[in-house]
Amino acid sequence: MAGATLSAPTATGAALAQAAPQQATSFTGKLVIIIPYVFLLVFFLVPFFIVFKISLSQTAIAMPPYTPALDFSGGISGIVGQLRELNFDNYLFLTEDPLYLNAYITSVIVAGISTLLTLLVGYPIAYGMSRAPATLRPTLLMLVILPFWTSFLIRVYAWIGILKPEGLLNQLLMSTGIISEPLIILNTYTAIFIGIVYSYLPFMVLPLYSALEKMDYSLVEAAQDLGCPPTTAFWKITFPMSLPGVLAGCLLVFIPAVGEFVIPDLLGGSQTLMIGRTLWNEFNANRDWPVSSAVAVLLLLVLIVPIVIFQHAQARAQEQGR
Amino acid sequence: MNTTWSRFNITSVTLGFAFLYLPIVLLVIFSFNESKLVTVWGGFSTKWYVSLFQNQALIDAAWVTIRVGLISATVATVLGTLAALALTRYTRFRGRVLFSGMVFAPLVMPEVITGLSLLLLFVAVGLDRGFFTLTLAHISFTMCFVAVVVQSRLVTFDRSLEEAAMDLGASPVATFFQVTLPVILPAIVSGWMLAFTLSLDDLVTSSFTSGPGATTLPMKIYSQVRLGVTPEINAACTILIAIVATGVIIASVVNKRREVQRLRDEQAALRG
Repeated sequence: MAGATLSAPTATGAALAQAAPQQATSFTGKLVIIIPYVFLLVFFLVPFFIVFKISLSQTAIAMPPYTPALDFSGGISGIVGQLRELNFDNYLFLTEDPLYLNAYITSVIVAGISTLLTLLVGYPIAYGMSRAPATLRPTLLMLVILPFWTSFLIRVYAWIGILKPEGLLNQLLMSTGIISEPLIILNTYTAIFIGIVYSYLPFMVLPLYSALEKMDYSLVEAAQDLGCPPTTAFWKITFPMSLPGVLAGCLLVFIPAVGEFVIPDLLGGSQTLMIGRTLWNEFNANRDWPVSSAVAVLLLLVLIVPIVIFQHAQARAQEQGR
Repeated sequence: MNTTWSRFNITSVTLGFAFLYLPIVLLVIFSFNESKLVTVWGGFSTKWYVSLFQNQALIDAAWVTIRVGLISATVATVLGTLAALALTRYTRFRGRVLFSGMVFAPLVMPEVITGLSLLLLFVAVGLDRGFFTLTLAHISFTMCFVAVVVQSRLVTFDRSLEEAAMDLGASPVATFFQVTLPVILPAIVSGWMLAFTLSLDDLVTSSFTSGPGATTLPMKIYSQVRLGVTPEINAACTILIAIVATGVIIASVVNKRREVQRLRDEQAALRG
């Protein structure tokens, strides 16, 4: 997405689509491309440029609370003059205050650890499902998808009652005598890990399952017949063959987890620091639109590489499916 | 080996599903709790459901949520289906890389970025925040999910059916509505349902793009959750879960029936 975004910022969707002579020759054929193209340009791509633009402007006590930057009404000379006045103060501000740098680094680390944990939890489930009797598999698949249909907010909320000091987990552990003091889990990073693993588990299991289900298990059998221990056979055959699923699953968990807001806010509390919450607070509590735009631009820069890898993987999977 | 399901596999699947479902089951159970303390069982009661239906603010929010969901899911389904067609049918047009990027990137884009960027767009063009901007925002992030669902069906679609129809003189538009659409309809329907539930659930994008008078149910639930966990919220969540679960189960049963019917028809056709 990144390269394309930067290389074609000014072209309009209509011009792009009309220059497509190869296949879309009829008028309706062109419309099929133009309508969603223009919509996505207006509601997905253009907003990013506005965010970038506002991240370069000054905070002002007004509505909207910023002074305009890059106003194109003044013609070319106006633009040149404005380019000189552009300032990167908001970005400087972000580098000067260690809070933001910490938030970025913490978010990436938390998302990375959570992704690994989700993989560790999800792999046995996906593997077990792929080895289940064929008649049972569609039901198992639906059972994995079903929680995904229930509200994200509700699923995160459900964990508050379980994890809090007087919550169900502590009640259980204390009544069985495993612990005598309640564990403090809510409002710590542990709670964030649990929340992310729980909420994103279906995103990990589904690509893993589809990779493992397609696999030809006679390869594993052949290896075992030739005297290869099951563990070695797993690491030498099964795991490498499931790597596309591992990659897709990890990206589907990692990218949204870095910018996650609901989980750190409800389970992590005020003592944990993650960039999604920082952006939200900067915007809603401090009403500093230019700084929150700069936070968003930098967050996007952090995520651009994984997003491009994800998009390539998607495109490749689509080519293979054809 | 293919038919045996080892103990290890059964255990990992069972534990996995327990992990996925236990929190939701507990939430539902405690919505019937007599006690106001959410985590201490004080006997069975449906009083929280009664008080829920007397909470006018919550009912208003639910109504807004359903209207936004119905409108945005329907528009997103049309746009998403068009995008899926463009991606699978037209393999070469200028800007296709950018186009596919714009379809796939929103699937993983953190919601704080989507929400902020849409809000700044609405402010830049001078649209007042409210029901309309909320609906537009929901359309723009759900249409990509519809596109992916429909596209995965189109990739396996047998194009010779369309060619046959066109050889027999049907126009491309007529071919689409009479041949293609009926075949990909299940995918379009599940795309609509996905868009509807995503819209129903959304908190972050909605909070950024909504204005006074257009509070959705997740926004309402979120603001109450921040004040503390109450059985009333558990009851509201239980109702939402029940609606979604019923919808998904009905859809999958209908889909299965249709699939069985289709196989039977095909076999009948083969027998002549």
